[in-house]
Amino acid sequence: MISLVAIVAGTALWSRYGQPLVVNGKPAVSLGGPFVLTDQFGRRVTDRDLRGKPTLMFFGFTYCPEVCPTTLAAMTSWLKALGPDADKLNVVYVTIDPERDTPKQLRLYLSSFDPRIRGLTGTPAEIAKIAGEYRVYYQKIPLQGGGYTMDHSSAIYLMDARAAFTGVITYQEPPAQALAQLRALVRQ
Amino acid sequence: MFKSFSRALAAFALMAAAPLAASAHDYQVGALKIGHPWSRPNPPGAPTAAGYLSITNTGKTPDRLLGGASPAATTIEVHEMSMAGGIMRMRPVVGGLVIAPGQTVKLEPGGYHLMIIGPKRAFRVGDHIPVTLKFEKAGQIKVDFDIEATAPASAPPMSSMGGMQGMPGMNH
Repeated sequence: MISLVAIVAGTALWSRYGQPLVVNGKPAVSLGGPFVLTDQFGRRVTDRDLRGKPTLMFFGFTYCPEVCPTTLAAMTSWLKALGPDADKLNVVYVTIDPERDTPKQLRLYLSSFDPRIRGLTGTPAEIAKIAGEYRVYYQKIPLQGGGYTMDHSSAIYLMDARAAFTGVITYQEPPAQALAQLRALVRQ
Repeated sequence: MFKSFSRALAAFALMAAAPLAASAHDYQVGALKIGHPWSRPNPPGAPTAAGYLSITNTGKTPDRLLGGASPAATTIEVHEMSMAGGIMRMRPVVGGLVIAPGQTVKLEPGGYHLMIIGPKRAFRVGDHIPVTLKFEKAGQIKVDFDIEATAPASAPPMSSMGGMQGMPGMNH
């Protein structure tokens, strides 16, 4: 059952280049690379700061009414369920809407979720760089009457302590399955 | 404030999806029956929220949900979310959401929703947010959106969750 779900999830998840990220439960591409971003406290954060611990990385935006807040809520509940093991993970929320998601906005928004979740933003070029390295699809869609929404990849990317891509947690994945993946990640 | 809010959201995230318990929280305007308007708790700093409800057209002519208005938000529009290939998209429903005669249309997570833009305060579990819904034919009706975190307690707790508990309404 779990392998069937993994296969379905894997084949359904495409990088922005139209290539599957995960096939048969195993990573099919390598993702990641160097980045320099700014966290919700205005501090510079680089890819080197994440090494040494496995990482969960989610790309979203605070203007998102459903997928992003529910993903953050799910991440908050997983961290709580992991107990002290949760401290062995980096949990990172990268905005793909840096124009609206300033450090101050991220700080306010993330204050309602687990404090271990770090929000990262930057200039549009800095965000484009990390999104490219993680093959994250994101697209600004103008709305009538002004304003815009963002189409974006909805998966949570999992990296090991050496920052190698190891898999994904898909949107609305059953909690038991997500926790099994996270426990395996912590054990690596 | 973080703890109780996140606990409510965490309980929501953990509970298996289960149908909401039937409630007396229904309305009627013209031929339209409005069922159980609800929304999730909304963190401070959230620029949007999603509202959900069901609409049944008991009449013989189609109608359209055009949007809404509320003192608790700047604007309310009708949007549709879709997910394909792991990519989330949202679009306004141009011209309004059609409710055909005899049809029930559900605005629910993963599909159509009322896009509540510019909430003027955090929504907390137990709040009631007043919204005037606007329909092309039936006109306007004022309803309350209940702020709810989770499916009812009938959903079984996941045994692997360890210390997580079911979450009744939160008090602030």
